[in-house]
Amino acid sequence: MKSLISFFVATVLAAMLSFPASAGKKKDIVKTYPALAPYFSVPSGKTVSPDDQGFIRRWLLLEPIDKPNWTNTVFVDSYVRANLDTGWNKGEDFVVPADGEKACDSLTWHALDSRLFNVKLYRYAVGTETGRYGLIFRAVTIIDCPEDMVDVRLAVGSNSASMWWIDGEEALILSGDRRMVMDDGASRRLTLRKGRHVITGSVINGPGMSDFCVRFIDEDGDPVLNYDIRCK
Amino acid sequence: MNIIARLVIIAAFASAAISAAAQEGKPWIHDPSTIMECDGKYYTFGTGGGGLISEDGWIWYGGAVRPGGGAAPDALKIGDRYLIAYSSTGGGLGGGHAGRILTMWNRTLDPESPDFGYTEPIEVAYSEVDEDCDAIDAGLFMDPVTGRLWCTYGTYFGFIRIVELDPRSGARVEGNEPVDIAIDCEATTIIWRNGWYYLLGTHGTCCDGVNSTYNIVAGRSRNVTGPYVDNCGRDMLAGGGKMVIDAEDRLFGAGHFGRYVEDDGVEKMSLHFEADLDRSGRSVLAIRPLLWVNDWPVGGSLFEEGTYEISSVRRGYALELAVDFVRMAVERQPFFRIYPEEPVKSLDVQKLEDVLSTWPEGETGVRIGDWMNRPHQRWMISAVPEAGGYPGGPYFKISIEGTGRVLAAAEGAELIVLPEFTGAPEQLWRIEQLTDGTYRIMPKSIPDCSEPYVLVSIADSTPTLARYDFSSDNCKWILKRKAACL
Repeated sequence: MKSLISFFVATVLAAMLSFPASAGKKKDIVKTYPALAPYFSVPSGKTVSPDDQGFIRRWLLLEPIDKPNWTNTVFVDSYVRANLDTGWNKGEDFVVPADGEKACDSLTWHALDSRLFNVKLYRYAVGTETGRYGLIFRAVTIIDCPEDMVDVRLAVGSNSASMWWIDGEEALILSGDRRMVMDDGASRRLTLRKGRHVITGSVINGPGMSDFCVRFIDEDGDPVLNYDIRCK
Repeated sequence: MNIIARLVIIAAFASAAISAAAQEGKPWIHDPSTIMECDGKYYTFGTGGGGLISEDGWIWYGGAVRPGGGAAPDALKIGDRYLIAYSSTGGGLGGGHAGRILTMWNRTLDPESPDFGYTEPIEVAYSEVDEDCDAIDAGLFMDPVTGRLWCTYGTYFGFIRIVELDPRSGARVEGNEPVDIAIDCEATTIIWRNGWYYLLGTHGTCCDGVNSTYNIVAGRSRNVTGPYVDNCGRDMLAGGGKMVIDAEDRLFGAGHFGRYVEDDGVEKMSLHFEADLDRSGRSVLAIRPLLWVNDWPVGGSLFEEGTYEISSVRRGYALELAVDFVRMAVERQPFFRIYPEEPVKSLDVQKLEDVLSTWPEGETGVRIGDWMNRPHQRWMISAVPEAGGYPGGPYFKISIEGTGRVLAAAEGAELIVLPEFTGAPEQLWRIEQLTDGTYRIMPKSIPDCSEPYVLVSIADSTPTLARYDFSSDNCKWILKRKAACL
């Protein structure tokens, strides 16, 4: 019995440590860091739709990981894979992080809605006073498909290099010193079965602006709109 | 001709081709401003101050004077004055982003002129240290429709913006607010053509020498303040842009577009290549034809030396030496006497040695005839480096392949083929690709004639020299590259 109580206490403590601010009490990140306000808002409502161009604006963003680089020209394929494809979002142990959850020792996940079609990572880092240049960003979101989505592609633009996964499977890599361009790269044709899917991405940047834009496009390159997006 | 002789000719040919791949002289520059003509000379300014001067638009040397330092200037002639815009900035991608766009005037660009002298610079736009814009890389545009003056600026850090300037003072129009028109570009500028405003910008990696991926893209709009959209319907505010020009075989990092309209249908663009493999990887000025395809700007190529069919757009016939047509003495196989079991064999084309003895010595006439790939129709076009050039190209000689016989302008503004090349100006030809992709061919001079006449197909079979008219197919030629046949 004592061990059971100890286990219960330990579990609760662990949960409290993992979620320093519980869902209901978590600080409003945008109020805490007003510099975020022109670019982000705190999500309201359980789900949102893609915007009218199909861009996914609701994301969980991890505070940036320090990775100094004085130039973006080092982001060749092998470098990108070695630094972004680290297994953080794969396997049975991967659980979609909760808003406010800690990861990578001291970094926090924040659920945010982007006010723009592109998610301004530079502004996220500077706004939260967690970095400026030479960073790795991680992003997670959940989509609920009301029906099978057949032959769609994940289309991404990022500044600078990035990798993207759906349900832990690699969908796309954008290597090199890139500017963010809508539909810069796209995955092969995918069929997303009815139900929940998890999109994860990681962006690396040296100096300069950093952002990304993500949407699904159909066979004609038109945006896919008929799904919901949520962070938990 | 033996194989060694052939190799020597091919090697010399390749060498000449390489030497004509970029502007001649010492065209070292980064971020060149739009080329300006002033009192018969050409000028461009670059990052860091100073710039280049050319007497002919082909051979460039340092010597242009622009004070103020800073980055990526632009120039525009308004009335009888030149407006120069340039920028100062806080530190590039990894630094602060407080930038300033400044303008100043000069009555001449010739630093030797007594009228030379810049006015005090005026700040017309700025960016704070950490806003979504970096106020550098100014581009000036005078709207031919409205007479209003505009300035675009910005770089990879955030938005490209446009502000309106007063064309009398060069200052910002009072109360005018910047408008965001693109993201993730550098070195933007606007041009107008055929009812469209075009925003040209540079994408790719800057300032990385032989590894620079710089390239020039464009979007277009019916309004000067946008939205500028590419050929896929993608707004330049979402990173859109249709390619205008990128790397060439030995030149990398195409950036900083400037338009130079030489004549009706004759347009050029100035740019830099960040690395020229033939010049220690230095950043060099380049001038290329500016073509228009479906109302989109397309970068043309420097004309390449080689053997060509010179075909008239008027009829499609080919320019040729006026000599006897020599029939090829090959056994005929009429279609009604083909025996399928017989193996086929390859036949030679007619060779120069097959016909040369039938050609008259001395001066020979020129005409236009059915293209048959015969020696009297095969023109070797090669640069004459010592003859100078014009914006975007050197003067060329046009000779019958394998001979010294050269095309020349003759008295009475007619044409003749001379037995040997002497370098006289009437034997030098200016070859310029027109905006529709065809070519204008123009002698450097015509004996006893001061008119700027060009090669014209005045009748289907008769060439002459006459007035240039872009709306007439008589003035246009298609140059079809042929494999060497020596």
